[in-house]
Amino acid sequence: MVVLIRSALLLLLVGCSSAPEPKDWLYQQLGAETGVTRLVDGLLVEIEQDPQIVQHFADTDIPRFRKLLIEQLCELSGGPCRYSGATMQESHTGFQITQADFDNLVDHLIKVMTAQQVPVGAQNRLLAKLAPMYKDVVYR
Amino acid sequence: MKKPLLSTALLLCSLNVAAAGSKVLATGGATSIEGAAGGGIVPWAVINGYGSSGQWSVTGYASQVGVDDFTLNSKGIGLSYDNKYELSFGRQELKLDTMGGELNQQIIGLKYKIAGELLYSAMPQISVGLQLKKQLDFAIPAAVGARHDSGTDIYVAASKVWFDALWGRNILLNATVRGTKGQQTGLLGFGTVSNDDYQWVSEFSAVMLLNPQWAVGAEFKQKPNELAFAREDHWRDVFVAWFANKHLSLVAGHVDLGSIATFEHQTGYYLALESTWSF
Repeated sequence: MVVLIRSALLLLLVGCSSAPEPKDWLYQQLGAETGVTRLVDGLLVEIEQDPQIVQHFADTDIPRFRKLLIEQLCELSGGPCRYSGATMQESHTGFQITQADFDNLVDHLIKVMTAQQVPVGAQNRLLAKLAPMYKDVVYR
Repeated sequence: MKKPLLSTALLLCSLNVAAAGSKVLATGGATSIEGAAGGGIVPWAVINGYGSSGQWSVTGYASQVGVDDFTLNSKGIGLSYDNKYELSFGRQELKLDTMGGELNQQIIGLKYKIAGELLYSAMPQISVGLQLKKQLDFAIPAAVGARHDSGTDIYVAASKVWFDALWGRNILLNATVRGTKGQQTGLLGFGTVSNDDYQWVSEFSAVMLLNPQWAVGAEFKQKPNELAFAREDHWRDVFVAWFANKHLSLVAGHVDLGSIATFEHQTGYYLALESTWSF
C-alpha cells in the first residue's frame, strides 16, 4: 500500500515537473527568425495579388512595413524582438478597412501558414493572438 | 435531386472562378434542415455563405435524414448580404416509409445579425431569426390533433469560435432559444386542439475544427411535447463536416430522433451537400 502511494506520488511529481511550455514555443513553431520572415514575405505576395486589399498599401513604405510586421509577429509569438511601430489603432485609422479586408488577410495568413507547414495548433495560437486586433483595425 | 446537384457543384468548382467571398472557410457553417445556416438541426448565429461586408452570397443545399421508419428530404436556396442578412427558401418532404404517404412543408427563413463577430469579438455573434412554415399536407396532422397548418418560429442564436481552445484546435459553440408551436418542427402541424401557446425550447451545438477543412461536432435540439396521440422526443446528432473549398461542403452524421408519431427509437444517418457562391 505504502509502495503504491509512494509510486503514485512519484508519478504525480514527474507529471508536474514535466517541462512547462517555453515562452517562445509559438515562435519556434513558426520557424523562428527564418520562418517568421518567410511568413511575412509570403503574406506580402498574397496582399500584392489581392485587388481587394492591395489598394490600402498604395502609399505604404513596403520595406518598412515588412520590417515592422516581422518584428510584430516575432514579439507576439514570444520571440526575442521588440515591435517598434505604432499601435494597431494608430496605424489603421483613416484607411477605412472593412470586415471583408480583414477576412481576406486572415485567409491569406492561413493559406501561407499551411503552405509553409506550420502545425495547425500553432496556426490557431497565432490566430488567437491576432483576432482580438479586429476592433482596432476595422472601420477606423 | 442529389446527383445533378453534385455534378453541377463539381463542374462549377472546376471552373475556379473568383466568386469565393471573403469570409474564412467554414465560417458560413452548413445549412440546417430548415434552411438556415447552422449545423444540421440547429440554426446558428452565422450567416450563410462566404459573403463578408458588402458582399452577396447564394447557397444551395440538399440533405437527407434516414431513420428506421421515416426519410426526410430537405432542399432549398439561401441568399445573404453583408454577412448580416440571410433569406432562405426551403422545402421538406417527410416520407412515411412504414405507414405510407408523405408530408411536405415549406419554410421561408429570415435571419439578421444584431451583434458580435464569430471570430473576432469577445462577445459571441448574435442573430435573431424567423421561420415562416407552411404544412402542405395537413390531413394527417389535423387527424392527430394539430390545430394549424402554418406557424412562425422565432429564435435568437449566439455563436462563437474560440481559437486554440482545446488540444490546439478551434472550438465553435452555439446556443439557440426558439419559440415555436410546431410539432416535429411543424411537419405534424402547429399548436394542438388543447394548447395554442408558444413553447420555448433550447438548442445547442459544439464543434471542433480539426483543421481549416474538417470539423466534427454534436448537437442537441430540445422539442416540445404537445400532441396527445404520441410522445415527441428531443433530437441529437453527431457529425463530420468537410469543407472542400468556399463552394462545396459535405456533412455526414448520425441522428437520434427518439420517438416520432408512435414509432420508437428512430435513429439513422444524416447527409448534406451544400454549394455556395459569393459576389
